[in-house]
Amino acid sequence: MLIRTPKKSYLNDSHVTDESIYHDRRSLLKKMGFLGAGALMSSAISTNATAAFFGDDEAVFETKTLEYSKDMLNQMLVKTPEQKVISHNNFYEFGSKKDQPAELSQGFKVEPWQLKISGACDHPITLDYDDLTKIFPLEERIYRMRCVEAWSMVIPWIGFPLASLLKKVVPNSKAKYVAFETLHDPEQMPGQANRRLGGGIQYPYVEGLRVDEAMNPLTLMSVGLYGKTLPPQNGAPIRLIVPWKYGFKSIKSIVGIKLLEHQPPTTWNKLAPSEYGFYANVNPEHDHPRWSQASERRITSGSLFTRNRIETLPFNGYGEEVADLYKGMDLSKHY
Amino acid sequence: MTTRAKVLLLKLIIHVGALLPLLNLYWLAFGDELGADPVEAVIHFTGIGALNLLLITLTVTPLAKITKQGYLLQTRRVLGLYAFTYALFHLVNFLSFEVQFDGALFISEVIKRPYITVGMVAFLFLTALAVTSVNKLKRKMGKSWQRLHNASYLIVLLVVVHFYWSVKSELTSPLFYFAMALVLLLFRYKKLKGLISSIFV
Repeated sequence: MLIRTPKKSYLNDSHVTDESIYHDRRSLLKKMGFLGAGALMSSAISTNATAAFFGDDEAVFETKTLEYSKDMLNQMLVKTPEQKVISHNNFYEFGSKKDQPAELSQGFKVEPWQLKISGACDHPITLDYDDLTKIFPLEERIYRMRCVEAWSMVIPWIGFPLASLLKKVVPNSKAKYVAFETLHDPEQMPGQANRRLGGGIQYPYVEGLRVDEAMNPLTLMSVGLYGKTLPPQNGAPIRLIVPWKYGFKSIKSIVGIKLLEHQPPTTWNKLAPSEYGFYANVNPEHDHPRWSQASERRITSGSLFTRNRIETLPFNGYGEEVADLYKGMDLSKHY
Repeated sequence: MTTRAKVLLLKLIIHVGALLPLLNLYWLAFGDELGADPVEAVIHFTGIGALNLLLITLTVTPLAKITKQGYLLQTRRVLGLYAFTYALFHLVNFLSFEVQFDGALFISEVIKRPYITVGMVAFLFLTALAVTSVNKLKRKMGKSWQRLHNASYLIVLLVVVHFYWSVKSELTSPLFYFAMALVLLLFRYKKLKGLISSIFV
């Protein structure tokens, strides 16, 4: 008989968000736009209100139902409501404001797609769109997602371990790091074409992990959430999930994975090295220069008045699974 | 229309234009209709609102001079008071919804985060101007009233720095606001030159 002792990182009821009634963003923006005085509106709100006024309600991106094995340990739990997960996104390729990705990405084409895995390995491969959901059995993982901006969510991802993919290409002895790259397509991604919309970061977005981090069983290649394929604003058709690191490490809409001998450059680290490190492990002891990382606001159903500030845990609560990776390292230096 | 009627009408427009968005904001926030993160939404809205009102307040004097419509000056106090009101809501939002009344966290954030320190200094100045805006005090203070209220030029600069410093990477909007503040200060070039030399000489 298999007896499983729950690890600390497993979620229990007290950690999870209530389901809520969601009122859609468009009607909200319309209300704000029409009632508010123009001069007092922030630019984002008035732009969106204008779009609503001109009837710019284009079709919503269609997601498909996936087959997967459930995350049995967390199944009874209620998560951050799906509508919040898919309407509050940091994906600067589609605009640097939280509601812009859902607004500006609905026409995104994910088919055809090519994901090339190459570099220091014996059997480089390129996956097509259909391979992404078929090459490995899919599993659900209910993870906490902690943003560097000190808010967090609980999200049921669907995907396969990155380790399965890396084993398939057989890394050679030179493979010490893994580099990831997001699609670069300014025609489809308005943030890449317009500096103001794109938040002034350098494109294409790049990220990286050490090979042992990449091989950790928690590290997931996600192709879906809430039982369906990913919507574009969440990184369709395939993205990375590294639950013990700040959200910006979990790169979206990936077209390239490369095994390397040396540490690759990473987007936010290039932009502000004193604020964003290569490791970016969730660490309540190490403050971001502009905000404390000791606690976080868990995005829940409730209104403005919900008390949702909770303590941030080292490695986002996944210490038992990953702390060994950093033995002997000074984490205040390697932030 | 008499000048008096014009002033009354303008003030009515200002009251409605400033209060309605604020009421609407909290009405939506009460009903969880402000998107996934209502906390961020109310903080940003009141912050940008305060800065907008501050810039509008500083536009009045040059506008009145250029258009030779002296009565416009009578709207400065109510505009300035609404700038203060929005700033007050901005601070209360941060205290009650972001740090959620964790006093130690609030104090350490104000001290440790330069952008919050700058915002707080601007707010304290703004409070001093709001408190001394009543006629009785204005008369009592005489010349020192004007000296104190010249702080509005410093406040707008502090607020723009606060905004610039608070964003992660999207610098276009803060830079645009910075440029607007500079233009408004340029209209007061002679006065500012006098003020600065009186400090340093």
